Amino acid sequence: MGRYVVRRLLQMIPVFIGATLLVFLMMYALPGDPVRALWGERSVDEAQIAAMKADLGLDLPLWHQYLNYLLGLLQGDFGTQIASGRPVIDVITSALPATLRLTALAFLITVVLGVGLGVIAGLRRGGKTDRMILFVTLLFISVPVFVIGYLYQVFFAHNLGWARPTVQDPTAWSQLILPAMVLSSLSLAYVARLTRTSVAENKRADYMRTARAKGLTGRRAVSVHLMRNSLIPVVTFLGVDIGNLMAGAIVTEGIFNVNGIGSAVYRALSYREGATVVGIVTFMILVYLVVTLLVDLLYAVLDPRIRYA
Amino acid sequence: MSDRTERPTADEPNATTGTTGPVETTSSGAVRIDKSAEAPADRDTPLLEVRDLQVEFRTREGVARAVNGVNYSVNAGETLAVLGESGSGKSVTAQAIMGILDTPPGHIAGGEIRFRGEDLLTLSEDKRRAIRGDRIAMIFQDALSSLNPVLSVGYQLGEMFRVHRGASRREARERAVDLMERVRIPAARERVNDYPHQFSGGMRQRIMIAMALALEPDLIIADEPTTALDVTVQAQVMELLAELQREFHMGLILITHDLGVVADVADRIAVMYAGRIVETAPVKELYAAPAHPYTKGLLESIPRLDHKGKELYAIQGLPPSLTALPSGCSFHPRCPLSTERSTTERPPLHPVLDASEAPVAGRGSACHYWKETLHG
Repeated sequence: MGRYVVRRLLQMIPVFIGATLLVFLMMYALPGDPVRALWGERSVDEAQIAAMKADLGLDLPLWHQYLNYLLGLLQGDFGTQIASGRPVIDVITSALPATLRLTALAFLITVVLGVGLGVIAGLRRGGKTDRMILFVTLLFISVPVFVIGYLYQVFFAHNLGWARPTVQDPTAWSQLILPAMVLSSLSLAYVARLTRTSVAENKRADYMRTARAKGLTGRRAVSVHLMRNSLIPVVTFLGVDIGNLMAGAIVTEGIFNVNGIGSAVYRALSYREGATVVGIVTFMILVYLVVTLLVDLLYAVLDPRIRYA
Repeated sequence: MSDRTERPTADEPNATTGTTGPVETTSSGAVRIDKSAEAPADRDTPLLEVRDLQVEFRTREGVARAVNGVNYSVNAGETLAVLGESGSGKSVTAQAIMGILDTPPGHIAGGEIRFRGEDLLTLSEDKRRAIRGDRIAMIFQDALSSLNPVLSVGYQLGEMFRVHRGASRREARERAVDLMERVRIPAARERVNDYPHQFSGGMRQRIMIAMALALEPDLIIADEPTTALDVTVQAQVMELLAELQREFHMGLILITHDLGVVADVADRIAVMYAGRIVETAPVKELYAAPAHPYTKGLLESIPRLDHKGKELYAIQGLPPSLTALPSGCSFHPRCPLSTERSTTERPPLHPVLDASEAPVAGRGSACHYWKETLHG
């Protein structure tokens, strides 16, 4: 187990290098450059631009730029934004908490509602409740997130007045509930359907027949015997899903005007701030890798047949 | 219609009552003092008595009549083997007794299941649950899938004590170790926290047996307990089961399609075909002289050394569809003795008479031509 964790952590190194390189290349391939962007439409002396590029190291060949960037990272230096002069790490640390909070809340809703609805539907497969849940989750899956977002804004904020249409203060959990509901809708639907299938399948398993033959109460048979088995595939999905939630957060942040990673990436992209984009994406990849590792370890706790060596 | 069949158990000789009519099989005597003292009903009441049980499954193709009026009884300390091929209704009958039928699609259309004189079918679900696992326990065929893969065997064994006896976690764990030792699992204390997949097939089936034995039930139903095992392990497991049955003086219903297993351990046999009992007899007599063409066919289809090189006998045709049972005798389309009468008139369970026209104890055959079969 310890060795497994170490190996998984070591595997993060090539993933890290690959991810940064990929994003770096993509930024380079984009038209326009960050120095010229500073002047906008105004005319500018070419010599001045060249001098500034040399100063920033942007005149070096691509591999050299990338190497410099990696060397900086190793010393904990994420680089500096060209336009604002702010260190990239500052940009990340000020934008990340809002996104993480939104993702975490959406994840919580996904787990509680998704698994809950899935279990209810799975236990009553073919019944009215089951068909209702299938219908609602199908809606969530087929309607794009931004449409759901605007519908929620109109319905909950405008018509009912239960929430604000946009987020003023991303540190207030109560303001994040509406965006989190929107963000979680797709994952929630998938989790509910996956749980439903898994529960319905396990309900017919031989060990459930044994549980009944042992004279266990229905409640115990479901909570102890059925749930542990049914949740195994769901946990796997939830691990992967955290990445989807983080990526989806960027869209949701746009709808609800949350000052998070989404807006930071958007601004950085429009100014061609390569260091910022690479930094943010890398950061999110690392968060994702750590969370998936945790989920995989949880998987082994749920299913003793899985051995990590 | 009171056919009194009687089975002497291994440890005590027994008065036998005569067979006077078709169908019902009850028994008398065969009671040990300790168990009979507990029993609320009188000594003549068998431990378990199934009367005219009918189970149907509603499927898309129509109503499948899986069990059509089954009667059998088991006494304490007695082993009844229920023999039949897949779909004959032997497992469904067992599930009905346990109260673990899948409902829907299955439902009990009629009959009684009397346990110590009390009809289980009239009890509330709570009362039935209290009996399940505690007084009547069941052993299933495939121990790997029948045990929960994500819970330790210690937990699954201990659960019996926690649920039915309110034992603490620690106490339950101790009892689990005792149980594992009782079914002779080596290093029980070290292995109590292991999971089912860490045991061999034979050991897993021992755990299933231990689970069934946990609360020392009065009746154990073993549904093909050795089918999934190697032949050598089969014998060990069967021996263990038989030994524990003697020790606790339990009734045992052994459901199987394996004639070899039956011969060694059963006292009495009930042969099932298409949801009915077609023949019932003490084990030796059935092997020596079957009184139903189906039983005869089964016995003849066993490979024998002295028939080596000759073609193996097989009963012609296939078992009937349960949604469209043949008229008259369900076996008639496959029966060599079938006549006009077989296709129209359903044979009841006739008492089997010996040469002096006296009923043979505990024998019955649901064939119009049992006499011809017996002597032919």
